Amino acid sequence: MRRQFPAFIAFLAGFVMVFAFFVPKKGIVDFSQRLLTWVIIVGGFTLLLGIVNITRANLDAIKNKEKGWGYKVILLFFLFVMAVSAIIWGTQENTPYDYLFHNIQKPMMSTMFSILAFFIASAAYRAFRARTKEATLLLITSVVVMMGRTPLGLFIWKKLPPLTDWIMAYPNMAVQRGILIGAALGAAAMSLRILLGIERTYMGKG
Amino acid sequence: MNLLFNSKIVGFFLVFLFFFFTKTFSQNDKIISPPSNVVAKDVLWDDGKALKLSWDLSSDDKDAERMHTHIDGYQILRATKNDSVLKPIAFVDDNVGKYKDIGLIDTVEYIYAVRAKKKDFFSNLSFSNYAKPEVNWFRADRVNMFVLLIVFCMSVIFYIQSAKKGKPLFIRKIGGLEAVEEAVGRATEMGKPVLFIPGIQEIDEIQTIAGLSILGKVAKITATYDTPLIVPILYPMALAAGQEIVRESYLDAGKPENYKKDMVKYVAGEQFAYVAAVGGIMLREKPAANIFMGAFYAESLLLAETGQSTGAIQIAGTANPHQLPFFIASCDYTLMGEELYAASAYLSKEPLLLGSLKAQDLMKIILVIFIILGAISITLGWGEKFFYKLFLER
Repeated sequence: MRRQFPAFIAFLAGFVMVFAFFVPKKGIVDFSQRLLTWVIIVGGFTLLLGIVNITRANLDAIKNKEKGWGYKVILLFFLFVMAVSAIIWGTQENTPYDYLFHNIQKPMMSTMFSILAFFIASAAYRAFRARTKEATLLLITSVVVMMGRTPLGLFIWKKLPPLTDWIMAYPNMAVQRGILIGAALGAAAMSLRILLGIERTYMGKG
Repeated sequence: MNLLFNSKIVGFFLVFLFFFFTKTFSQNDKIISPPSNVVAKDVLWDDGKALKLSWDLSSDDKDAERMHTHIDGYQILRATKNDSVLKPIAFVDDNVGKYKDIGLIDTVEYIYAVRAKKKDFFSNLSFSNYAKPEVNWFRADRVNMFVLLIVFCMSVIFYIQSAKKGKPLFIRKIGGLEAVEEAVGRATEMGKPVLFIPGIQEIDEIQTIAGLSILGKVAKITATYDTPLIVPILYPMALAAGQEIVRESYLDAGKPENYKKDMVKYVAGEQFAYVAAVGGIMLREKPAANIFMGAFYAESLLLAETGQSTGAIQIAGTANPHQLPFFIASCDYTLMGEELYAASAYLSKEPLLLGSLKAQDLMKIILVIFIILGAISITLGWGEKFFYKLFLER
């Protein structure tokens, strides 16, 4: 019963969504939309679960004076400062939350994202080492594509940008579509396994 | 002199009047004939958001070649029964006598007017009847998907029945999945943890479910070998599911006492804050194996390169094609697209699950046949309307 009931709910919810996809009658579509709204509501409640989890884990680390416990104090401090400032003053412009978001959180997130440029360079160096025939082909193609996307490429050879466009529109697109078709079928097969109750590994059964 | 000057002015004025009236009358002479028989009808077998409009072409349009009376096209105007204000909604080319109006409301009655246009001039309006979009019981524009779904369901059931009867099903080796046990074994030997990341999407994303299914298998192996497991999570709903999965796996492995709730932990609710948290775990804990399975976006390379710098064995899997090159460059093994979804079936070796993989292959063969036939028909120019209707027309 403990496993059958969640599987039955999964089947029912999935069936309603598939049925509403093909049968557009008002009651059915409204019910499917209501199910999606419930997902958002449940998600909102589970946020509390996340806050409890993060607080408990970090409080334990602070109590036990684990390595780097000072950072955990800062984390918990700002977790509650952000939450409390949003609850008291709201999230509109010129509120403490807005100030903290734009002056602390946003620059930190931008910094993390900007590190990507350096990682791309190191990953590209590894990927483009011409050790095999395939890697050499990859290296040549990538050089053509990169040059074709810059004014310098046009200056060197005027047919480089059209060649780049051809590579992106045909061989590259063909491979991407192949992967996408496979992935879409895989997703459909997995959804079907969940709907039919064959796949229960997501419930810890497997 | 004054008289002469005045007569010149009068002369100019008369010439101006002559040209003005000649021009005006010549334009009025070319009155554009309006379209006729404008009919608005509900689109059958749809979701009640569209009406189709048809009309007989303006006689200027019909005889355009013979009479040299080419028009620019037809302007379509729409009003509802309540407001009765005609507003232009579309313009169609000449020689076209139909239009499909979409995005309507099924409880509202609409009326249309069509007029021919040539340069800045319009014909008289031709009005349609009042029409209301009706919601039907089935969407005909999705019949292709419905047929594919039925074929797919039937093939899944067929292969599952075959598997139940004990018919051996060949599944090719997937290197990345074969390496999972090896990676956990390496972590055990080194006395270091295994880091598992089930993507950065919520539980309603099918890739996250696939990732969590693999987490169950990985957790069972770590439980068996007493290897520490770390699962940082971005979304709380995935946290609850992840905790339950890992707990069940430890229970199945006969080591429930080794399960700790903090193995699966919520670390952040923002993409790059999550990257910072996971990067910190990688650098501090130095896991011997990093497993990335699920939906990844811009953070894929940030995570994989940080893991690479710590010397961990890395296995990744995602169905997002744009992130695959990053994983291929930075990880030891990468599961591409469908391999991610096949992982739980592959690892469990359960005939019921493997049956669905065979059905997936059958569907792939059917789609490949359609793609080849479609490419041939478009190239040779026959039957292309059929394929267009089958896959593109909405």
